[in-house]
Amino acid sequence: MKKIISGNEAIALSFGDSGGVFASGYPGTPSTETLEEVARLGEVYCEWAPNEKVGLESAIGASIAGGRSLATMKHVGVNVAADALMTLTYTGVNAGLILMVADDPGMHSSQNEQDSRNYAKFAKVPMLDPADSQEAYDFVRVGFEISEQFDTPLMLRTTTRISHAKGCVEQKEKIPVKVGELVKNVPKYVMLPNFGKLKHVEVEARLLKLQEYAETTPLNRVEMGDTELGIITSGVSYQHVKEAYPNASILKLGLVHPLPEKKIREFAGRVKRCMVVEEMDAIFEEQIRAMGIRVDIGKDKISYCGEVNADIIRSAAGEAPATVSLAPVENLPQRPPTFCPGCAHRGLFSILSKLKVFVSGDIGCYTLGALPPLSAMHSVIDMGASISAAHGMAKVNEIAGRTEKPVAVIGDSTFFHSGITGLLSMAYNDGNALVIIMDNRTTGMTGGQENPGSGQVLQGGSSKQVDIAALVKVLGIENVAEINTYNLAETEAAIKKGMETPGPYVLIDKNPCILRYRVKKPVMGVDQDKCTGCRACLKAACVALGLGSAPEGEKPKVQIDPNICNGCGVCTQLCKFDAMSVAKG
Amino acid sequence: MSVFNIVIAGVGGQGVLMASKVLAESALACGMDVKQNEVHGMAQRGGSVISFVRIGEQVYSPVVMPGTADILISFEPLEALRYVHYLKPGGMLVYNKVTINPSTVASGLATYPRDVEEQITRACSNAHGIEALSIAQKAGNAKAVNMVMVGSVMKNLPIDSLVVEGVVKSLSKDKGVDVNLKALSGGAAAA
Repeated sequence: MKKIISGNEAIALSFGDSGGVFASGYPGTPSTETLEEVARLGEVYCEWAPNEKVGLESAIGASIAGGRSLATMKHVGVNVAADALMTLTYTGVNAGLILMVADDPGMHSSQNEQDSRNYAKFAKVPMLDPADSQEAYDFVRVGFEISEQFDTPLMLRTTTRISHAKGCVEQKEKIPVKVGELVKNVPKYVMLPNFGKLKHVEVEARLLKLQEYAETTPLNRVEMGDTELGIITSGVSYQHVKEAYPNASILKLGLVHPLPEKKIREFAGRVKRCMVVEEMDAIFEEQIRAMGIRVDIGKDKISYCGEVNADIIRSAAGEAPATVSLAPVENLPQRPPTFCPGCAHRGLFSILSKLKVFVSGDIGCYTLGALPPLSAMHSVIDMGASISAAHGMAKVNEIAGRTEKPVAVIGDSTFFHSGITGLLSMAYNDGNALVIIMDNRTTGMTGGQENPGSGQVLQGGSSKQVDIAALVKVLGIENVAEINTYNLAETEAAIKKGMETPGPYVLIDKNPCILRYRVKKPVMGVDQDKCTGCRACLKAACVALGLGSAPEGEKPKVQIDPNICNGCGVCTQLCKFDAMSVAKG
Repeated sequence: MSVFNIVIAGVGGQGVLMASKVLAESALACGMDVKQNEVHGMAQRGGSVISFVRIGEQVYSPVVMPGTADILISFEPLEALRYVHYLKPGGMLVYNKVTINPSTVASGLATYPRDVEEQITRACSNAHGIEALSIAQKAGNAKAVNMVMVGSVMKNLPIDSLVVEGVVKSLSKDKGVDVNLKALSGGAAAA
């Protein structure tokens, strides 16, 4: 029976059906639901790792111990796991190992648009690029076979439109789980230089064998049609090509590294115009050109930025778009994501905004504090950078004779991921920044996953809960205090004290994520006689607040939508006229 | 049969994804190919959400192109206006008349267009506004707005309404079945 499932769900389902034993990873859109679904299916052991490097390394250990393993992450997570990946490619595997990476062309929820196909080339490992949920399912199974046959880790790459798009999937017969032996094999698994040198030779030979495999595998499929236009493509781009040119000749690549040179040469020779359609980098095009094969239409016509669609493909081929749509209505108010009503981040950023300090930010819900009207975050680079970057800033401030301390804001999950080492450096190198850890005991932005601070694990059940304050102290930070960001006056005083005290200073807010833990407080109301319409409360950027209508010449007064308000009380503290309080009735 | 394109728009937390699931499962139950896609991640944080459901004999892309939607269902008037250009000429729009302030309006950085409904009518000659919230409340739960919205387009889909009802039944939990079915029929009666 067919099911409609997303690419992520298909990968999880197939992992269980294909003899999978161990799965680990770190949440990151659009990859997150894969591990969540493995947990929901409940057949295979899975866990959240504190970061992608740990996740991949644990999967490596599982593979060495004889269990088929899976590591999941978003594209930028591979940067974190790359150290492991670049040597894993030398050791190879015992049981099959798949690194699932979800790219995000169009940056729907990411800080950059990097193309993970570069990593397959860089690490000299095979990569599969499914074009829909069925292929996502099928490619896990064949991926394990390739991994074991060629003694290599395999990368399974999706994009947002594969991970999150749902399509029909036919499930295959389940393969029984077989766990292999844990064998001591020093030349294979100990990458001292002498063993590594031998292994590198094997990696190059393996790549040649994979190239031969690429020529004959049905994963790379030629669909001959009209020979006027031949299109080489993969992944979701294939679907857009089929929309644009249902009758064109297509070479659809499923195995996108290494490329089948002979197959490509033969295909290009049979068509009048050869076009390459790929999102983001010119990975295929550059390799195809290097083979001495002509590409008539490629990245000269299709942008390196953003997603591809049928109209972009048609216009690249020199045709008018098939659909003519109305222009979008202009000048509409934007509706960006924002802190949930009741979120503990709102109080913190109201104060940071008021104090006008430089805030070195990080990756999480609190990144939204950078948006107006709060506008209280001034740099965001990668996971953990809030603390390490604030440390560098503080050093230069000192050299320049500037007295202000930079403030780093980081969440609990991001702190565990890679904030700890930055704080260690700050303590060790005599730093001088204020670090605020917003410990809401969940990985919030990706939908509320468990982490080492939540006291819960992915498959349910309780676990050890790290004590952040104690951890911070043993790193060598002497000044550690707890704050409650729902209390603005106290929070302001604590931040000021942290700014004035020389040396590293850490504040920890422990209010739980209201969305994850379903916190519900009594809603607030506005006394319309007391409200002057000064709008001070609106600076909290809460969607429960809004201006009512007012007679000509009068200031509109603030109203609170009781269906949206979650009673955090931040607006009541911003009001100088005591107009807000818990609503009656 | 050519591909039937549905776009569902709304605000994070309104249940756009559940509505999409009902439509996609209904298409599958009728033996059709279906692709459904939305971009989520930050969706729960009150941001604008758009979801695509494509139904047909064979569906390739999971994405609906602007100018090709047969139906646009919007859970909020401003979001209807934001995505109205997804409709093909003559395409049908059903929108919930209840407004939700975006954060930009709530914080005084922008104003909600007072003439939003007039603008909708200007942009689409086949637009229908319904009071989805009060219909959902009458059905027993304000959160059933998504089922009201599905109900409102039910008779315009290439899917038998009985199949949609069956899917809603199977996806609802215990007490929710009754509320959701009432919301569905309330929506169907309103459009």
